Amino acid sequence: MTATETAQTSAPGSGTPGGTPKGGIPSALTAGHLKPRTPWLILVGSLALSAIVFGVLATGTGEYNWAGALIVGLIVYAFAVWLFSYLVEGRRRATDRLVTAIVTGAFLLAMAPLISVAYTVVSLGLNRFDLEFFTSSMRNVTGEGGGALHAIVGTLLMTGAAAIISIPIGLMTSIYLVEYGRGKLARGITFLVDVMTGIPSIVAGLFAYALFALFFGPGIRLGIAGAVALSILMIPVVVRSSEEMLRLVPNELREASYALGVPKWLTIVKVVLPTSIAGIVTGIMLSIARVIGETAPLLIAAGFTQSMNYNLFEGRMQSLPVYVYTQYANQGNPASAYLDRAWAAALTLILIVMLLNLAGRLIAKFFAPKFGR
Amino acid sequence: MSKRIEVKDLNVYYSKFLAVEGVNIEIEPRSVTAFIGPSGCGKSTFLRTLNRMHEVIPGARVEGEVLIDGDDLYGPGVDPVLVRRQVGMVFQRPNPFPTMSIRDNVLAGVKLNNRRMSKSEADTLVEQSLQGANLWNEVKDRLDRPGSGLSGGQQQRLCIARAIAVSPDVLLMDEPCSALDPISTLAIEDLIEELKQDYTIVIVTHNMQQASRVSDKTAFFNIAGTGKPGKLIEYSDTTTIFSNPTVQATEDYVSGRFG
Repeated sequence: MTATETAQTSAPGSGTPGGTPKGGIPSALTAGHLKPRTPWLILVGSLALSAIVFGVLATGTGEYNWAGALIVGLIVYAFAVWLFSYLVEGRRRATDRLVTAIVTGAFLLAMAPLISVAYTVVSLGLNRFDLEFFTSSMRNVTGEGGGALHAIVGTLLMTGAAAIISIPIGLMTSIYLVEYGRGKLARGITFLVDVMTGIPSIVAGLFAYALFALFFGPGIRLGIAGAVALSILMIPVVVRSSEEMLRLVPNELREASYALGVPKWLTIVKVVLPTSIAGIVTGIMLSIARVIGETAPLLIAAGFTQSMNYNLFEGRMQSLPVYVYTQYANQGNPASAYLDRAWAAALTLILIVMLLNLAGRLIAKFFAPKFGR
Repeated sequence: MSKRIEVKDLNVYYSKFLAVEGVNIEIEPRSVTAFIGPSGCGKSTFLRTLNRMHEVIPGARVEGEVLIDGDDLYGPGVDPVLVRRQVGMVFQRPNPFPTMSIRDNVLAGVKLNNRRMSKSEADTLVEQSLQGANLWNEVKDRLDRPGSGLSGGQQQRLCIARAIAVSPDVLLMDEPCSALDPISTLAIEDLIEELKQDYTIVIVTHNMQQASRVSDKTAFFNIAGTGKPGKLIEYSDTTTIFSNPTVQATEDYVSGRFG
C-alpha cells in the first residue's frame, strides 16, 4: 500500500485501523502512519525533481548549480513530507516532520561552511606542511623555502603570557562576583565585563600599544605588548564563563562546608572550585581559542618580523595569524610559495587550537566530579 | 561534649521581614528536641540561627541571645566559623561533596580545615564516625568510591558521619528524613537514639510520628498568617505535647484538625 493510497483510505487524523503491518495483523497503534522508508523516498523524489529542474535551467547557461539544486530539493522535501504526512498521519505528526526537516536542514547548512573551510585549509595547507616549515624562520628567505617556526614560537609565547595574565585576574573576578560581590559594585563590574566582551580587538591592540608607547616611546613593538592586548580580550571571556560555572555549584555544598566549621575562603578553594573545575577549564580553553587567532591587535602591538625572537620583552615578535597576513599581503616571487606558506600556517593554527581543546577536554574529564558506584 | 542551649527573646529577620519573633527556649544537653509546625512557620529558620548558618543568606540577621553553655553565639567578636565547629548540622537533602570519596567526605571537616592528621588517626576517625552513623558495614569495602554513588539514605547517613567526625557539641538536623524511604528513616531514627548519649540533638520534622518516636521534648511553632512572623507556641515534654497540650492550636495541629 503506498502513501497516496493510504491517504485516500484514511481521513486526516482519524485513528481508523487502515494500515496492515507486515505480519498481516492489523494494529490500531500502527495505523495511519507513513512507513519508515516513505520519507526517504520523498527525499529522493524531491532531490531528483530539483535536479531535473536545474538541469533544464543549466542548458541555458551551461553551468550546473549543484548547491542550488540541493537547497531547492531540500525545501521541496520539507513541503512534500509535510503534505504527505498531513494527509496520512494528521496535523501533529505533519508538524513534527516539517520541524524535523527544518532543524536537520539548518544543521546541514551550518555544517557546510565548516566542512568547506576545513577541506580548503587542509588541502591547500598540506603543500608546505613539511619539516622545513616547522624548523626554520623566514630570515633571509625570499621566494621558496622558509618556515614559520618564529611565528609558532611567538604565538605560543604571547598566548601563554596572555593566559598567565588573564586566568588569575579573570578567575578571581568571577569568584568575587559569585561569592562576595553584592550591590552596586558587583553590578558595575558585571556591566563593565559585558562592555569589555564587546571591545573590538583592534581597540585592544591600540590600547596596549598606547600603554607601552607611554613608557618606551612611540614605535615600540614588544611581544609582551601583544600579550597585554590579548589578555584584554581574554579576561572578560574567562570572567563570564567561570562565573557561570561557579553559579552552577549548588548552595547546599557551600552550606555543608560552612556547617562543618570551614571558613569561607577554604570553602571556595576546596569545595566550590574543585566542583566546578571541569567547566572552568573548558571556559579557559575556549577563551584561549578565542584570542589565539587574533591578528589586528598583534599587528599593532607586537609588529611582525622574519626572525626568531624568544624574548617577550625585547623586539618585535611574529605570530601565526600575522604570519598568514604578511605572507598573503606581501606576495613575492613566486607568489605560490607565499600562498602555500600562508595556508600551511593557517592549518598549523587550527591544529594548535584543536590540540588545546583536546587537552582541555582531557583535563576537564580528569577533574570532573565522579558519580561511580 | 554535650552542651545546653538557651535562647532569649530571639527575633530573626530577612532584611526587614520579621520571620521569627520572640523565641524563648531552653534545650537540655543529651536530649532530643523536635521542632514541629506547619510549613513556613520558621522552624528551619530558627534552627539555622542556632549555629549561625542563618547569616549565610544575604540580608538575614538576628536580634536577641543564643547561649550555648552560657556563651552568647551572637556576642561581639564571636567567629561564626568557631560556632559552627561546635554546632554541627545535617540538611534536608543529603549533600555529600561530589568531588570526594566516601572516606574523604567523612574527613571533610578535618581536611577542608587543613588540619594535619596521620593516616592511622584518620582511619580510626573514619571508622568511628561511620560506625556512629550505622554506615560502616555497608561501605567499609568501598571507602575510595565517590560518596555520590551511595543511595539517598546512605548519603544522608554519610552526611551525619561527616557532621559527627568533627565532634560537635550539638547536632542540628533539618528534616533529615524527608527525602528518605521508611527503612532509611528507621535507620536514622535509631541513630538519633544512639547519638543522644553524646550529643544535644535538635531536629526539625514534618512527621509528627517521628517527633513522638525520637524526641524527649517538642516545640510547636505556628504562624498567624502569611507575612506574619512565626512564633514558638508551646514547648514541653513530647508526651505532654501529643497527649495533653495546653494550647488549643497545638492540640489542633497534633490531632490533625489544623486548618
